[in-house]
Amino acid sequence: MNQEDLSDKIRQITGVNFRECYQCGKCTAGCPVADRMDLRPSTIMRMVQSGDAASEEEILRSLSIWLCLTCETCYSRCPMELDIPKVIDYMREKSFAEGKVHPEAHNIVAFHKAFLNTVERNGRLHEMGLILDYKIHSGSFFQDVTIAPEMFSKGKLHLLPERIKGRKGFARLFKDQFKKRKS
Amino acid sequence: MKIGFYPGCSLTGSSREYNESLLAIAKEAGIELREINDWNCCGATAAHNLNKELSLSLPARNLALAEFEEMDELVVPCAACYNRLVMTQHELSEKEELRKQISEKLQMPLKNGIKIYNVLQFLEKHILPRLDKLVKKPLAFDVACYYGCLLVRPQKVMKSERFEDPMAMDAIMQKLGANPIDWPFKTECCGAGFSVSKTEIVGELSGKIVRDAVNRDAKAIIVACPMCHSNLDMRRPAIESYLNMKVDVPVLYITQAIALAMGLTPQQAGTQRHFVPVNLPVNR
Repeated sequence: MNQEDLSDKIRQITGVNFRECYQCGKCTAGCPVADRMDLRPSTIMRMVQSGDAASEEEILRSLSIWLCLTCETCYSRCPMELDIPKVIDYMREKSFAEGKVHPEAHNIVAFHKAFLNTVERNGRLHEMGLILDYKIHSGSFFQDVTIAPEMFSKGKLHLLPERIKGRKGFARLFKDQFKKRKS
Repeated sequence: MKIGFYPGCSLTGSSREYNESLLAIAKEAGIELREINDWNCCGATAAHNLNKELSLSLPARNLALAEFEEMDELVVPCAACYNRLVMTQHELSEKEELRKQISEKLQMPLKNGIKIYNVLQFLEKHILPRLDKLVKKPLAFDVACYYGCLLVRPQKVMKSERFEDPMAMDAIMQKLGANPIDWPFKTECCGAGFSVSKTEIVGELSGKIVRDAVNRDAKAIIVACPMCHSNLDMRRPAIESYLNMKVDVPVLYITQAIALAMGLTPQQAGTQRHFVPVNLPVNR
């Protein structure tokens, strides 16, 4: 795929016309986690403009896309009203599907996946199930060992999940959604 | 009057005091909230981070269920659920093909026209006009109204006029007799979904918010989002370790503040469920 095509493809899928970005840097200036990022939001915008495959690969393998909190500050302050978080969402989904998640982001992704696993099983989030699934997949067994019992004693943690009735139709929503994933 | 209600998962678990206080004040005001039958999780951060289709189909199922029950108004107190539901409604109303596709996947009709209210919009419309009669114990102290991200941004979709300095919560708190302080952290991010996976980021971002509120002498921080609450309250140890000092300012849901001002008991407001003790005169 040539440069033009790649840039067009991302633009078509996300609906974000990032060619209008003129690198003012307001997105990076307002981003609450920019100082921890390997690629700043304005840099990512410049890279998608260029549309070359190496740039996309670098974004997919970056820590930045997983550190983005979708607080939407960048989008709200962009003078061209570019929906930067939408581009980041696109990159995250692709990075995950192609097994290119940055090693330091594995905990973040393990948490998201554990979250969706409990929703797929029950239709609703089961916080206890989420914590157990996350601990198994992230290997962080001793994290928050004091918080869970305290949550439980305050009536904030349920041992058993609440389940929806229409689970059969609900399961259809998840069917084939994570098939393409490589690793 | 019956209004549709989507509690969302947090309100059944880690933020159940938000649910309890909301239902308690609605009852005082004579408003019945009708929970959507068989609602499901909105997908939250996890879905839109990993899978675009799920980030639309999960919220859309709830919108379709609410339509099926012929609800015209839907109250969504969790700011994160509210954001996902409104974003989904917006995207599907702009892309007719996508709406059809999601509706087929759900095997449910989806007209996509229900009016979705966040907690502040609900309070403004249904509770605020009744407050003069219902406030029994005015909250005579300084409060920091903290809105977070999801109620105000993106402003085009959320239709928020003052997205850098919102005032809706300030106006309600004033009605309760409190004095909302002027401060610059109203819409800063608390660290959101990183509570478990990147706790140190939550410690830093929430720490800056709490520090500014305390420096300006706020006696309580008022919130309208379960994620903001759990980060500012339950993650207080991470905040204190970032700030390198002990901070005891309590964090109240706006519905709890209203419940206490209405003269309901701390148990009815659910303040006993907090990690940071609520030692306000009105809570004793």
